Amino acid sequence: MTKNNHEFLITRKNNHYEVVIGLEVHAQIKSNSKLFSSSSTKFGAEPNTQVSLVDAAFPGMLPVINEFCVKQAIKTGIGLKAKINNKSVFDRKNYFYADLPQGYQISQYKHPIVGEGKVILDMPYGQKEIGIERLHLEQDAGKSIHDIDPENTLVDLNRSGVALMEIVSKPDLSSPEEVNIYIKKLRSIMRYLGTCDGNMQEGSLRADVNVSVKKKGEEKLGTRCEIKNVNSIKFMQMAIIYEANRQVDLLEEEKTIDQETRLFDTKKNETRSMRSKEDAHDYRYFPDPDLLPLEVTNDFIDSIKLEIPELPDEKKKRFIEKFKLTPYEATILVSDIETSKYFEEVTNNSDIKLATNWITGELFALLNEKNLEISESPISSRNLSKLINLIKNGTISGKIAKQYLK
Amino acid sequence: MTIDLKTIKHISRLSCISLEDEKAQKLAGDLNSIFKFIEKLNELKIEDVEPLTSIAETTLKFRTDEVKSDNIREKILKNSPSDNEDFFVVPKVVE
Amino acid sequence: MSEISSLTLTELVKNIKEKKLSSTEITKAFVERSQKSKELNTYITEDFSSAIEKAQKFDDKPNFDLKLPGIPIAVKDLFCTNGVRTTAGSKILNNFIPTYESTVTQNIWQQGAILLGKLNCDEFAMGSSNETSFFGNVQNPIDKNLVPGGSSGGSASALAANLTPVTIGTDTGGSIRQPASFTGTVGLKPTYGSCSRYGIVAFASSLDQAGPMSKNVKDCALLLEVMSSYDKKDSTSIDFNRSKYSLELNNNIKGKKIGIPKEYRVDDMPIEIEELWKKGIEHVKECGAELVDISLPHTNYALPTYYIVAPAEASSNLARYDGVKYGFRSHGENLIDMYEKTRSEGFGDEVKRRIMIGTYVLSSGYYDAYYLKAQKVRRLIKKDFDVVFNQVDAILTPSTPSSAFKIGEKTNDPISMYLNDIFTVPINLAGLPGISIPAGFDKNDYPLGLQIIGKAFDEQNILNIAYSIEEKINFKNKITDWWIK
Repeated sequence: MTKNNHEFLITRKNNHYEVVIGLEVHAQIKSNSKLFSSSSTKFGAEPNTQVSLVDAAFPGMLPVINEFCVKQAIKTGIGLKAKINNKSVFDRKNYFYADLPQGYQISQYKHPIVGEGKVILDMPYGQKEIGIERLHLEQDAGKSIHDIDPENTLVDLNRSGVALMEIVSKPDLSSPEEVNIYIKKLRSIMRYLGTCDGNMQEGSLRADVNVSVKKKGEEKLGTRCEIKNVNSIKFMQMAIIYEANRQVDLLEEEKTIDQETRLFDTKKNETRSMRSKEDAHDYRYFPDPDLLPLEVTNDFIDSIKLEIPELPDEKKKRFIEKFKLTPYEATILVSDIETSKYFEEVTNNSDIKLATNWITGELFALLNEKNLEISESPISSRNLSKLINLIKNGTISGKIAKQYLK
Repeated sequence: MTIDLKTIKHISRLSCISLEDEKAQKLAGDLNSIFKFIEKLNELKIEDVEPLTSIAETTLKFRTDEVKSDNIREKILKNSPSDNEDFFVVPKVVE
Repeated sequence: MSEISSLTLTELVKNIKEKKLSSTEITKAFVERSQKSKELNTYITEDFSSAIEKAQKFDDKPNFDLKLPGIPIAVKDLFCTNGVRTTAGSKILNNFIPTYESTVTQNIWQQGAILLGKLNCDEFAMGSSNETSFFGNVQNPIDKNLVPGGSSGGSASALAANLTPVTIGTDTGGSIRQPASFTGTVGLKPTYGSCSRYGIVAFASSLDQAGPMSKNVKDCALLLEVMSSYDKKDSTSIDFNRSKYSLELNNNIKGKKIGIPKEYRVDDMPIEIEELWKKGIEHVKECGAELVDISLPHTNYALPTYYIVAPAEASSNLARYDGVKYGFRSHGENLIDMYEKTRSEGFGDEVKRRIMIGTYVLSSGYYDAYYLKAQKVRRLIKKDFDVVFNQVDAILTPSTPSSAFKIGEKTNDPISMYLNDIFTVPINLAGLPGISIPAGFDKNDYPLGLQIIGKAFDEQNILNIAYSIEEKINFKNKITDWWIK
């Protein structure tokens, strides 16, 4: 594994700056009910129709943990090649906001369920390993809607209490492109595992982006700023570029960078400081006394290991060997679990080389054009095999096949 | 260690309780005598003791991943101060 | 009519089952007496007409297999009761009507009991004299202008005054046992995890426990039997083999070892308390039990520990009272302003004091020095008991360091108020069961209580011991009905 970067640098006169990025990804767990209550987690319901007494924090209500959510977190940890902790603790993160009915979020602070792990990125310049610091379980908040009523904010608690996995990376990312590949890889792993659908438009995947800069070659890290709640890869990249440049400008002027939390303004394409009160972020974490430490046995973890399907990295290796694909082709075909399934179904019944070309070429172009997922493909894997066989045995020409597809 | 007015103001901000200066002053006094009383714990040498966070002699029990709660929006909103039938309504946040 | 209201629970149940009394007669008796007793200010919400209706319904189709058949009971206003206002003694919940029922009250209704109303208590269970309630002070029926104790002051007072045959309270630092001692009644705090906390307005989650309050030990055992259950909706509820406390109640404690902890003999302990304790020791000997001198070395650190842990948890538990979903809301210019005004106007002084303490001890830079330290001392306190319970079966101590004091006597001195809980607090920290039984009087003829502490899940044992010495003590409460109009 080489750490050779195609370097992303910000240059001013004679100074070159490296960008150091860490991501805290919030991934909604795919489950039927919420983390500590049995309300539904379905997306798109009418406001406040998936809210229980526990979710709305009525007096005397208590949390009870969803076993399946725990399993999903462990599964994801295994997919990140991470250490699964037999004992973890739920802590209360205390702060006030309209979409936080309890006045605290149940999260994990000092003892998360998953420890250190790693994710391998396939960059054009080789593989890069991104360290994972930890993964922990926590509750999602509700939604504050500011633009329906001019005088007031409306609150919908449907999302309040949905299970989240917070995946914290080490500050190993160095460029917007690496961030793109990292998010896609995480997404891919979780979709393979079925632990998160990774649907960023629906909010099942969001990230807080930590950015700092330092002079090229310098050991010491710069002051970092956190850009909160970015919900698309494109915005993450734009935010990083803006923020890194902002910090470099400050350093060039010999000004200090304040450690602060910022928001990315998608209309103005810039980050700005969240005007929050001083010391507003003293969360006063302490172990939630309504819960006990979460204890999972090695047997429990092992039984989950049995449920792990072949993951992207392993599948890629196998595809390269079995189908004699190039790493580039293999990467594309394994990035999404549905795509890899489709590919294997087609190659089962027809020529591999042709299948590879047709899927990565014509089919992907068609799907992109019509904005479809492969699961919605107008041509089934069976029929594509048949088509390819017809081409192979000369019954039809490539040109005619192309027209047929359209 | 004394708790001064500045600290009281800070704590009251964290706990979202507004306090007039007079009340804040009295609270500082009360808290100081209470904390003097609490200081007694400093007599003990306890670096190596494990903190006790739960007194319940049992393990965390799991719940199955079934949707059990129905749409009880009416019940949920029934006690709220506004009469909006779909949402909770609060004054705007100042960003 | 007054005769009915002085019957014990056991007697009432017997009368109902033998059809000597109807539920309607009994309920009307308690309602009438309650209506004459407004000066005690024990009720926050009366549910009298509904109670009589339910009693009549019971009489139409009685079920004598139930354990509390048609028995009217008033409960502390900390238990959420479906459709009946629940205030926790606070302005911030002044208009709150739950759409759900707490598990503990559900258990008693399921056994045939009928809700009389919701009883006064210190605001959010924070207090030892029922002087912090938004709904005013409660009078102790023992004497005018005397506190009943707290936080279950309304419960203890109503019970002693015969406005309800039994009642249920909650105990976080002594809130059942101390008022029981002050009013000459019996109060039991079960092992942590015995009674479900679901639907009880939370104060300090790792300390709160609901428990029975009654006029004698037999009633207490019966009520505990109904209240205690394993509840999946409460993650701290414990699934253990619960005895049939009333059926297995017996007064044979021969050979039981009872510990007398030297650290409970505090400096300046009033002579009367010392005498009461001595008398209790004699009675225990008479019953054939053996006395053992024991040490609980960290006893003196229990109160400071409690006054870190309880406010810390409370500061977080009370964050949900923000005017958004339910309860009182003040007008604010913006969200934070609304929060700050709502909580400032909605909470009383003691509650605000404790939220501030709690927020402070959890805050950045102070967590280790206070909260973490307190959790460590808590382990040492628990260990003290674990060690001692290898040598003894139960522990006998006074319940309170004094008898009831005058209303207003201690309101200006928080520490002096907190010291009321000196004998009760340690077992909340250790999660152990404890019962207070009335055992004597002081020079003013105010009642004094003795406390029996047991091993975890060993409520049967402490009930039996209490039952035995109750017989020897033969306590008769001195209630003169001075408040009846």
